Amino acid sequence: MRASTSLSPALPGPVVTAPRRRRVAPAGGTRGLKRAHFREARLPLLLLLPQLLVLLLFFFIPALRALSQSFVLTDPFGNSVQFVWLDNFRRLIESPEYRSSIGVTFWFTLAQNALTIVMALVLAFATDRVLRGRGFYRSVILLPYAIAPVIAGILWAFLFNTAVGPISFVLHGLGIDWDPNRHGIDAFLLVTFAASWKHICYDYIFLIAALLSVPPSLLEAAAVDGAGPLLRFARISLPMIGPTIFFLVVMNFVYGFFETFAIVDAVTHGGPGGATMILVYKVYIDGFVHIDLGSSAAQSVLMMIFALVLTVLQFRYVERNVNYDV
Amino acid sequence: MVERTRGIDIACHGILILGGLLVCLPIYFAFVVGSHTVGDVLAVPPPWLPGREFFANAWAAWEKGNLGRLFVNSFIVAAGIAVGKIAVSLLSAFAIAYFRFRWRMLAFWLIFVSLMLPVEVRILPTYEAVANVALPLQWLIDALDLGRWLGIEVTLDWNMMNSYGGLILPLVASATATFLFRQFFLTVPEELAEAARIDGASPLRFFRSVLLPLSVSNIVALGIILFLYGWNQYLWPLLFTTDKNMATAVIGLKDLIPQSDTEPAWNVAMNAALLVMLPPVIVVIALQRWLVKGLVDAGK
Repeated sequence: MRASTSLSPALPGPVVTAPRRRRVAPAGGTRGLKRAHFREARLPLLLLLPQLLVLLLFFFIPALRALSQSFVLTDPFGNSVQFVWLDNFRRLIESPEYRSSIGVTFWFTLAQNALTIVMALVLAFATDRVLRGRGFYRSVILLPYAIAPVIAGILWAFLFNTAVGPISFVLHGLGIDWDPNRHGIDAFLLVTFAASWKHICYDYIFLIAALLSVPPSLLEAAAVDGAGPLLRFARISLPMIGPTIFFLVVMNFVYGFFETFAIVDAVTHGGPGGATMILVYKVYIDGFVHIDLGSSAAQSVLMMIFALVLTVLQFRYVERNVNYDV
Repeated sequence: MVERTRGIDIACHGILILGGLLVCLPIYFAFVVGSHTVGDVLAVPPPWLPGREFFANAWAAWEKGNLGRLFVNSFIVAAGIAVGKIAVSLLSAFAIAYFRFRWRMLAFWLIFVSLMLPVEVRILPTYEAVANVALPLQWLIDALDLGRWLGIEVTLDWNMMNSYGGLILPLVASATATFLFRQFFLTVPEELAEAARIDGASPLRFFRSVLLPLSVSNIVALGIILFLYGWNQYLWPLLFTTDKNMATAVIGLKDLIPQSDTEPAWNVAMNAALLVMLPPVIVVIALQRWLVKGLVDAGK
């Protein structure tokens, strides 16, 4: 949706404000501000106060603390603080555990992303085609959205539990030596399945909404020209929902990076041998278990940088739809 | 659609049924295991059909997990996050969209920046912030050396661990909702504000009598998403609650999961999982239309 400041005709009504506007936007509006706005000095600041206060205490100060802690070395009891410049970062990049954690996170987010998008696309395509029972299918597929990541992790951990899990039983029956407690690859697959299962519904909702907005006239014209459903999907729908897919890929990265903490904590605790030690989990382990404050802070800072990159990517998509100028 | 394509239509139903089964598979087995005794759960082969102990296990889970208390906590935290975030966001979105004032750009960018960093990346400093909310003030006092001026040692300590505030506030501190409301306000016709001004309504009156009623559907949709988000939180309750009575249901559930050195009471654990996921599942099924609207709006 585009900000509609310029939609209403520029009537010279009684609410024409700012008599001495220095920067007059060409379309007759101050962008991102209602044309009919109020000019009061104190009230808006009062309205902003609650949000700014919460942000200050629980966002800005912690973020700046992470930044400042990443440059110092503190002993666990906070008695001595030593400024070490970029030492924490150097130590981090040189540590094999951190490098392997980056690799694990990369492959995990990639696998989870591919699985989620492909499954969601197939399901959305099918939902778009069927006429009967569409609402029912949608309700069922939406269910995991209600379920906490940690519960999704627990459910899958049970299914694949070597002692009691029904799927493990089948796998062992087939002669597969399935054991996520010993085999890194098994643990990795288990976490990936649980994370994808939880997130397919999210991509699915957006893809269905995007498919609904493809103009029927285009599809009908292609059908008249003899293109079948699959060809129409590939040549018309898919390109038209491209921006949505791009947006979802970025959102899946955000999800894989930051919201799968609970799944790893419930299912594998990062093991075996660091096979599922994703970056968010490592920050937690280093900060709260090993109490290595400098390293944890440096990791936070690196993750912030990555989060910023993802946000910029996301807004490259979003800016086409929303005007974020003030 | 335009043509008859039986083959593809049948395949689509097949795909959707398979997808539905895949979604239901873990939930079904949670139900199966949740209705058996421990002995049956450990049997080889494992049970494939539901047993008769469902309510006994549900009762055991409720008692053992202290779920009565934890459910209340979860409701308070989830509702607190939803109400708190919507309240502060409505106010600040109103200020940014409808007022021209001196620090408008600064306020906009301060809020905008917070959109970029998920809470998960500041685990440790946020923990410190909750452990002593007054710490920034203490720094100020130390920096200005106020203690010596006043002739007393000033030590401020405001610990929010094990409190609802500590569970709610760090999650209220992000601006997604602010931008959702701001976008919505920008689509509200200018004539409404003009008319309100002509009628002599104050800004707050306009907010209360015109803007709020118009925003109801957005508020409900976002409220659902935030309630689910709050109920399903894991990392923060895990860090901020050391007192078992202040934990949330999701955290309580995790304590029921059998570890290698405890009795493998998967029947009780899985039953508890069903209980803890029940409130959000009911919300999603009952309010699906609103949820979808809210999600798609928020993604724009």
